[in-house]
Formats: sequence, C-alpha cells, structure tokens
Amino acid sequence: MSQDKLTFTIDGLKVEAQHGQTILEACDAAGIYIPRLCYHPDLEPAGHCRVCSCNIDGRRASACTMAAVAGMVIESNTPEVNGDRRTLIEMLFVEGNHICPSCEKSGDCELQALGYRLGMEAPQTPYLWPERKIDATHPDIFIDRNHCILCSRCIRASRTEDGKSVFGFEGRGIHTLLSIGIAGRLDDTALKAADKAAQVCPVGCILIKRSGYQVPEGRRRYDEKPIGSEIEARRAK
Amino acid sequence: MIAERMTTIEEIIRDTGNDRTRLLDVLQAVRQNYGFVSNDALQAIAVGLRMPAVEVEDTLSFYAFLNRTPKGRFQIRLSKTPVSLMKGAADVAYAFCAATGAPLGGTSPDNQFTVEWTSDIGMADQEPSALINTTVFNSLKPADVPAIVSALRLQGDPAKLQNAGVRPSLTQAGPVIFSQEAAKTGDGIRAALTLSPEDVIKEISKAKLRGRGGAGFPTALKWKYCRGAKGKAHYVVCNADEGEPGTFKDRLLLIDKPDLVFDGMTIAAYAIGAKDGIVYLRGEYAYLWEPLQRVLDDRSKAGLLGCNVCGHEGFDFNIRIQLGAGAYICGEESALLESLEGKRGAPRDRPPFPTDHGYLEQPTAVDNVETYACAIRILERGSNWFTTYGTPESTGTKLLSVSGDCPRPGVYEVAFGVTINEFLDLVGAPEAVFVQVGGPSGQSVAPKDFGRRIAFEDLATGGSMMVFGPGRDVLDIALQFTDFFVDESCGWCTPCRVGTTLLKKQLEKIVARRGTLSDVVAMETLANTVMRMSRCGLGQSSVNPILTTIRNFPQLYEARLQPETFVPRVTLSEATAEALAIRQSEKSEKKDA
Repeated sequence: MSQDKLTFTIDGLKVEAQHGQTILEACDAAGIYIPRLCYHPDLEPAGHCRVCSCNIDGRRASACTMAAVAGMVIESNTPEVNGDRRTLIEMLFVEGNHICPSCEKSGDCELQALGYRLGMEAPQTPYLWPERKIDATHPDIFIDRNHCILCSRCIRASRTEDGKSVFGFEGRGIHTLLSIGIAGRLDDTALKAADKAAQVCPVGCILIKRSGYQVPEGRRRYDEKPIGSEIEARRAK
Repeated sequence: MIAERMTTIEEIIRDTGNDRTRLLDVLQAVRQNYGFVSNDALQAIAVGLRMPAVEVEDTLSFYAFLNRTPKGRFQIRLSKTPVSLMKGAADVAYAFCAATGAPLGGTSPDNQFTVEWTSDIGMADQEPSALINTTVFNSLKPADVPAIVSALRLQGDPAKLQNAGVRPSLTQAGPVIFSQEAAKTGDGIRAALTLSPEDVIKEISKAKLRGRGGAGFPTALKWKYCRGAKGKAHYVVCNADEGEPGTFKDRLLLIDKPDLVFDGMTIAAYAIGAKDGIVYLRGEYAYLWEPLQRVLDDRSKAGLLGCNVCGHEGFDFNIRIQLGAGAYICGEESALLESLEGKRGAPRDRPPFPTDHGYLEQPTAVDNVETYACAIRILERGSNWFTTYGTPESTGTKLLSVSGDCPRPGVYEVAFGVTINEFLDLVGAPEAVFVQVGGPSGQSVAPKDFGRRIAFEDLATGGSMMVFGPGRDVLDIALQFTDFFVDESCGWCTPCRVGTTLLKKQLEKIVARRGTLSDVVAMETLANTVMRMSRCGLGQSSVNPILTTIRNFPQLYEARLQPETFVPRVTLSEATAEALAIRQSEKSEKKDA
C-alpha cells in the first residue's frame, strides 16, 4: 500500500482512502453510498442536513465533514442510523410545504428520492405549514421557498463558484430563511441561469423557468433508479 | 441625512480597524447610534467593509439584540424563565405595558418604550429582573413600575433609578475562589513566571483542573494541545457568554473578582504562548463592559498587561472585550469563535478542534470564567492544596448559582462531591420537589436521586441550580425549557432546528391533557433522534428536559394521559375555527347588505 493511502471499515467493508479525503468522498469513490442531502461534490461541505451522519468509532458524526482516518470503524447502513435519517427527511417535509405531485421537481428531487430510499411513509409529526415567499421576478429563474430545506448549496455556490454572494441566511432557528439580501427581488440580483447557484438546488426551490417538463414525469432520474444507484454502480464494476 | 449617516458609519468602521471580523462591533455601534440597523446602513457597512451585503445581513439577522427596525428610546427586556415567572415576572411585564402604553412585544405609540421578553439575563437570584437599554434592574415589583417609567420619561438615564443595578450575590464563600487568605493580584502570575510554560501546564494537570463550564474537559490537556499546535498566533479566549438559564456566577466573578479572571487568562497566555486574549462577554452583561475595561486599564498601568508582563522579558499579553448580542448558542465554544470573527453564531463541525483551528483559524484555548479563576488559585497555592477539596475525579470547588424556591438564593462556593440533600439543607430548601441541575440543558433531578453528588462523575453542572418547591408543575417547567431551545436553536442543522419545534408541540399536547401513551413514546423516540443527530451540544442537550422528566417523573406523564389510543392534536372547534370565522363574517356582511 502506498504512503498516501489509508484504509478504514464501513459496515464490514474495507475502504481505501487518500489522506485528506472525507469519509463521504472515500466511500463515494469506492461505490458505497451514504445517504446525504446538503452535500454537493463541487462545494465545501457545510454539515446542515445531518443525513450522512454515521456511527464513527461509536460516535455519531457527519461523514461529509469528517476526514477519513486509518482504522476507523464506521456503521452507516444499520436500522438505527437509517431510522434517524428517515426522521430527518420527515422533519424537512413537515418544516416546509412540500406537495410532490404538483412540484415540477418531482422525480428529480433529492429530498423526495431520499424519502423513497429510506422508506418514509406519511410523516409522523405535525406539519408546520409555514408561510413562505415565492419570487418570480427573474426572467429565467423562479424561487419557491416553500420547498427550501436550508441546505445552503446555493449560498455556497454563489459565494465560492460564482463569486457573487447572491444568497445568504436570514434569521435563526426555525425562522431561518433563504435570503437574497436587501435587493428584495431576484431580478435585482446578479444571478444568472447559468450560475452554479442556480443549478445545485436539490429540491424544487430554485428552478430554471421553461425547463421543468422537458423530461416527462416517470422518466426522470429517480423515477428510473433509486438515489445513490449511480454511486453504487461504481462498486459493481 | 443619508450622507451624514454614511460618514458616521465610515467612522465606526474606521474605529474598528476596517476589519470585517469586527462586524459584530460595527453593527452594535450602528445600532447604538441610530437605534436600529436600516437597510441603508447595512448597505453602507457592506461597502465600507468590502463584503457582500447578504453576509452582513446573515450576521445582523442572527442576534436578538440587533434590530433592523426602529424600537422605543427605552428598550425594556424582561427576563423570562421559570424562576422569573414564579416570582411574578408576568405581572411586572403587564405593569410595564400599562405604564408605557406599549403592547407586550411591541412599542408604545409615542415611540418611547418597547416592552418585550428575553431569555434569562443572568439574574436568577434577583428575579423579576429586566434590562432597560443596558442597565439591569433587580427584584422588580409591579408597584415599582410606574415610578420607574415616569422617571425614565423625565430624566432619561436608567442607571440612576431605583432597582437599577445588581445586588450582591455571594451567599457562601468557599476555600478556593473566595478564600479569605487570598493572594494579592498578580502573585499567581509572578509564581507562574518562575516556572516554564510546560511546568505551569504540569501544575494545572497535577491539580486535575476540569472545565467549569459544565463539560469538565481537563484544562491542562487543552492548554497542552493548544501550546503544541502550530499557528501564526495563539489565542486565549474567556467564555463569559454565561447564557444557561439559572446561572449568574460568572457575573459575580466579573463584578467581584475580575482580577482573578484576568490573572488566570494571563497565565494561560504564558502557558500556551499567546499574546492576545479576548473576553467574550454576553450582550446581556453590557453594563459590565466599562468597569471591566477600567480594570484592564489599571492592569496595564500596573504592568500586569502589555509588554513584558510583570517584568518578564518577552512575555507580552493584552486582553480585549468582545460584547455579544443576545444568542445563547454563542456559549458553545465554536459558535463563540464564529461570533468573535463577526459571523452568525453557528457552531463548527469538529474536528478540527479550537486548540488546532480556533479564532482566525489559529490555535485557541477557550475556557470558562471560573476555570481561569481556579487556574490562578492553583498557581498561587499549589496543586496539592487544590486537590484537598472535592473528589478524586472532580477536584476543587464549584460555584453554584442558586435560585428558585429557596430562602437564600445566590452564589455558593462548595467543594465537589456535595449531595443534593446536603445542598438543599445548605440553601434552606429541604422540601424541594425537584432540582434542575445544570439549567435546561442539564437534568431534572427527582427526590429519589437527592443522594447523588455534584461532580463530573455523577451530576455534572456548569453551576445552574434551580430549586422547585411543593406545588410546582414539573412538566410545565419542562415545556418552558423546551420552548427556550426553540428560541435559541441557531437553525444550522435540521434535527435541532426542526426537532426542537416538533418536540415543543408534542409536549404541549401532553401538558394540555390531550396526549396518549403513544404520544409519549413518539416524543421520546423523536427526542433520541434529535440527541443523536444534532451537530452541537445545544441540540444534543435540548432534549434533556423531556428525556430526564420521562425518566424521573413518569407518574406525572401518566397522570396527564388520555386512555384512548389516539386523540387528535387539535379539537374539532379549533380545527374549524378559521372556516367558521369566514362563515360568520359572510353572514354579517349579508345582514349589513
């Protein structure tokens, strides 16, 4: 084994990782899927959603932020961990106003796909029915905060990839919202449809206008195969 | 008008060194000058600090004490805690509303007064208490209120009024921090400077000093890691964001023994190799800023700060005070560091730990106010002396902030290992029905466990001890604590942001006697998920009021449960209230027509 490689164990499988890789990155490369939501491979991890949390040497921590260390023993695909993940997905469903059948992201939505993958049925907790603002002022982009899960992908992408810092958080706790600052209207910001920030939304919050139904429902990414299949396919090879 | 404002904001930015990591200071100065931070001001700050406006907003909108819309000339913030409510805070609040004409949570028509609730302001032994602007008021009674309000209208300076200020809080001195044979200011530093930094750390290690904030991490180990970490600079940070409801012992230390705390920070600086120290002082304690600053100035004059501290060649150390702005979460050390850097107080994922990547990404030792006070006593008197107090695993003494149903509230310095029974005799409350040890994030301890000891190996506490006597409703208090976490969750991670609200709703249903056994089971399951999945200690411990009351007071839950297998969350009339109201208004419209 070369100097810059290390190995750890996840669910009984040995994984080889490079120094500096996170657990999630190493598992992705090895074709082992750890459910995740706010993580995006092109962005710095932020640790918001906690869906990728695993038992790492007996302690619960997020795989997207934790560096792989030689000899780690990780539990990910267990009933208890997956049950906690399912509860998080349920929380995100009741926190916003998610009406899958009428959402143009249906079938391409990572939240919905995780709900299916983790076996979520009807949420067990009450819906919070918040009042959230939509913004249709931009000629090419539509924001529907009813679907926002505060993953900060757009915030991170706008800051580091686009160099524009169009998005930020406003407020705190359960009242935290996705903000476009004091501009007030999306059309008054520098956001363009080709920006990374407009492309990375995992749910139906930031949508590109006139593109929603180019692929018909039933033939979309997660209609075909469960989320994570593309990563697991690497392992099969 | 706009031009005038721009100039002043520019001045504020210049005064804080054109430094975006000082954004919190800039925002507080703007708020103080203009009464609020307008969108124009926000824009001007963004331009002045050359940072995106959304990032200014991100910080600004996070802190409870930074308002974006105008408020009254006098902001009256009443401490809302189970203890304050027991002592009559609600009646005081109504009295303020009546005397000022302001609605609770709003501003009076003449724009003079805003009256609102705030989280615990560190006055649990002197409730009901309030902050009027930055002046603290103790032991308020509804009858005092009209005179206070008319005096404010007349002369405008809250500091000169009756009830203003803090009453002395030390009820029982102990042998370590409040020792009668205390050394002189600076003696501990001089003793430390005869040792090498490594030997200072060894002495702290021999004393087995553990962090007094509640977590109990070995202080010497933290200092050792920090000293060993590579960086451009090392920092000493004093966590004076004493936000846990029911605790006020750091407030006492900062009023009565500030030199002890600064002495402790100075030897920490020597031990880890730091030149700069920062005290993160909670916004509620803004009234301590000036007196503390005077102490720092005196220390500089006396050679206890600055270049060559105590004449020790090459040992330079300075301390500045950073004022917080109303966020409990900033007591969590990584959130505190984010706040120190001018950002929202969202905790960081660890590792890396602050001893490696702390303030400005540099090695940083963050310790509690009381920990520094203990550290200097160890250097003054030796580790052997220190370990004669307490238990083998929890050495020394602990400051307990005592409040609630007891005749002698205040700060008690007791040796670790004292049982709850002994503690209750000490404070004069042998009939207590439960004690909240460690604040809302701690444990609700029932009489069956009153033989347990206050120590890191048994009942760990940062010092908040709320005593509840006969007739107090444990579940109602658990609900208030749960509500506190809803207000103070930072919102960064899903389980804490959403989970705290869902748990509150679930507990509300049970307290309102609409719950069934399955509701308790579901609540417990949810609470365990929030505990396991939350990113930081706030989320992980936000479930403690629920989990510890389920464990320790099951009979109180049983007494409130309905025998059915399912009872809906809302009654039929509540569920249809909105529709009925619409129908009613339609009917009356028809009549009018």
